[in-house]
Amino acid sequence: MDKEALKLYLLEVEPSVVFEEGTEWITLSIAAANWKAVAQHLRSDRKMDFLFCVTGVDWKTHLTMVYHLRSTQTDETLVIKIQLDRNNPEVETVSDIWRTAEFHEREAFEMFGVQFAHHPDLRKLILPDDFEGFPMRKDFEDPVNMIKL
Amino acid sequence: MYSETTLVNPGSSEQPLRDGQLVINVGPQHPATHGVLHLVITLEGETIIKIEPHLGYIHRSIEKMSESLTYRQFIYVTSRMDYLSAHINNLACALCVEKGMQLEIPERAQVIRIIMSELTRIASHELWIGAMAMDLGAFTPFFYTFRERETINDIMEQTCGARLTMNYMVPGGVMYDLHPEFVPRVKSFIAQFTRKISELEDLVTDNIIFRNRTVGIGVLSKEDAISFGCTGPVARASGVEGDIRKRFPYSGYEKLQFEQCIDTAGDSFARYIVRIREMYQSIHIIEQLIDAIPEGDYQAKTKAVIKLPKGEFYTRVETARGELGVYIVSEGGTTPYRIKYRSPGFSNLSALNHMASGSKIGDLMATMGTLDLVIPDIDR
Repeated sequence: MDKEALKLYLLEVEPSVVFEEGTEWITLSIAAANWKAVAQHLRSDRKMDFLFCVTGVDWKTHLTMVYHLRSTQTDETLVIKIQLDRNNPEVETVSDIWRTAEFHEREAFEMFGVQFAHHPDLRKLILPDDFEGFPMRKDFEDPVNMIKL
Repeated sequence: MYSETTLVNPGSSEQPLRDGQLVINVGPQHPATHGVLHLVITLEGETIIKIEPHLGYIHRSIEKMSESLTYRQFIYVTSRMDYLSAHINNLACALCVEKGMQLEIPERAQVIRIIMSELTRIASHELWIGAMAMDLGAFTPFFYTFRERETINDIMEQTCGARLTMNYMVPGGVMYDLHPEFVPRVKSFIAQFTRKISELEDLVTDNIIFRNRTVGIGVLSKEDAISFGCTGPVARASGVEGDIRKRFPYSGYEKLQFEQCIDTAGDSFARYIVRIREMYQSIHIIEQLIDAIPEGDYQAKTKAVIKLPKGEFYTRVETARGELGVYIVSEGGTTPYRIKYRSPGFSNLSALNHMASGSKIGDLMATMGTLDLVIPDIDR
């Protein structure tokens, strides 16, 4: 399948998506409210069955969740970005569509403070339970353990 | 029996136990986890109801550290993620920086990189088979596999100067040229290894105890393997054709003849067989290259200070454990703005609860062992 067909399909599913130019894979931004519906369509219609990377990026003014998706059948790869409010980041979970998201979302939850609505088990995975703050955010300070270079 | 107690592990989710259920902790210090992995297991009799992994005992926040290291420096930290595939981790990072720089790599460097990666893969699988057999009660294979692995470590030490954390791949190629004795030593290793691996197979593959403990244990279906994001031998044993070296070739793998090792059973024995077959394929790859290492530079010319253009770069390689992805977000400076390592062990571990629930606690060692978990790779 060529890239243009996939782009047209995405625009059909959700007309508000914005594509980035000059990227290796099709990269698009979606509003947080539309993500779950688009994800369900991609999984069932385009066989995007393999979610291989979920991560957040702190841009100081806002947070971005980045999802790397690919189809194990057609090798089509997609990068989906969702811009979130830094003070109240919340997005719908996709762990019921791709089960690997359960662990990855827990990691993003504790590292960036992103709330995943309807996640089955949103607890800290790596950090201790009493840890305060979100260490992967750019303004995180730890005077004891962090060494400034 | 336990109905009176409100036995809820402080770390586990707040579900009270039903009558007859019991929570046990495996780890963080446990001989079978080969590292500091903490599993909170809910049992009913001998049957596993639920496994909850608790991670982070050796979390060093390599991603955060990398944000303050330059594009030359951060590669060395990644040797400490999956320390059994240190070469391949370094390769993934070097490839990602090279992608950002749009740098052409000399052919000699590419060939050296592949030979080193495949030697690493053999060493890693060797260690795994020894440790796995030991988990299941067979001690002898451990010595056999470590003897072979030692030879690889010696070869690595001679060329790279280190046995485990080699730090040999740099942006632009490899750090030094090969040691003059490298080629003859690799050749004698291949000759020795192909003889000895059949010995190992006699010991383990057809061993009736080993078979009884692994065949049909910890079955992972193809759909679940994909959904849980499993990669590497774990996914290939379930029939997922996802070898990055074949599907998305990098660094010259497209020119080589080798097979993707697929099994469809999805049980612990299939994962073992896939790794054994992969070692034969790695030998096959090295044999194609060892007599044809091109002459020329071993490193492309690069500036002392590397700056990547603004943008995002993602590379993926096949380590001994599966797909390692390196995602660099660059703001145009000398250090990355954000780095994400998509480590294979993290996703493979997430399938453990699904695979082991409903089976007996004694079978957990076979299921968990064949996932080939390396804890620093999971924790990063």
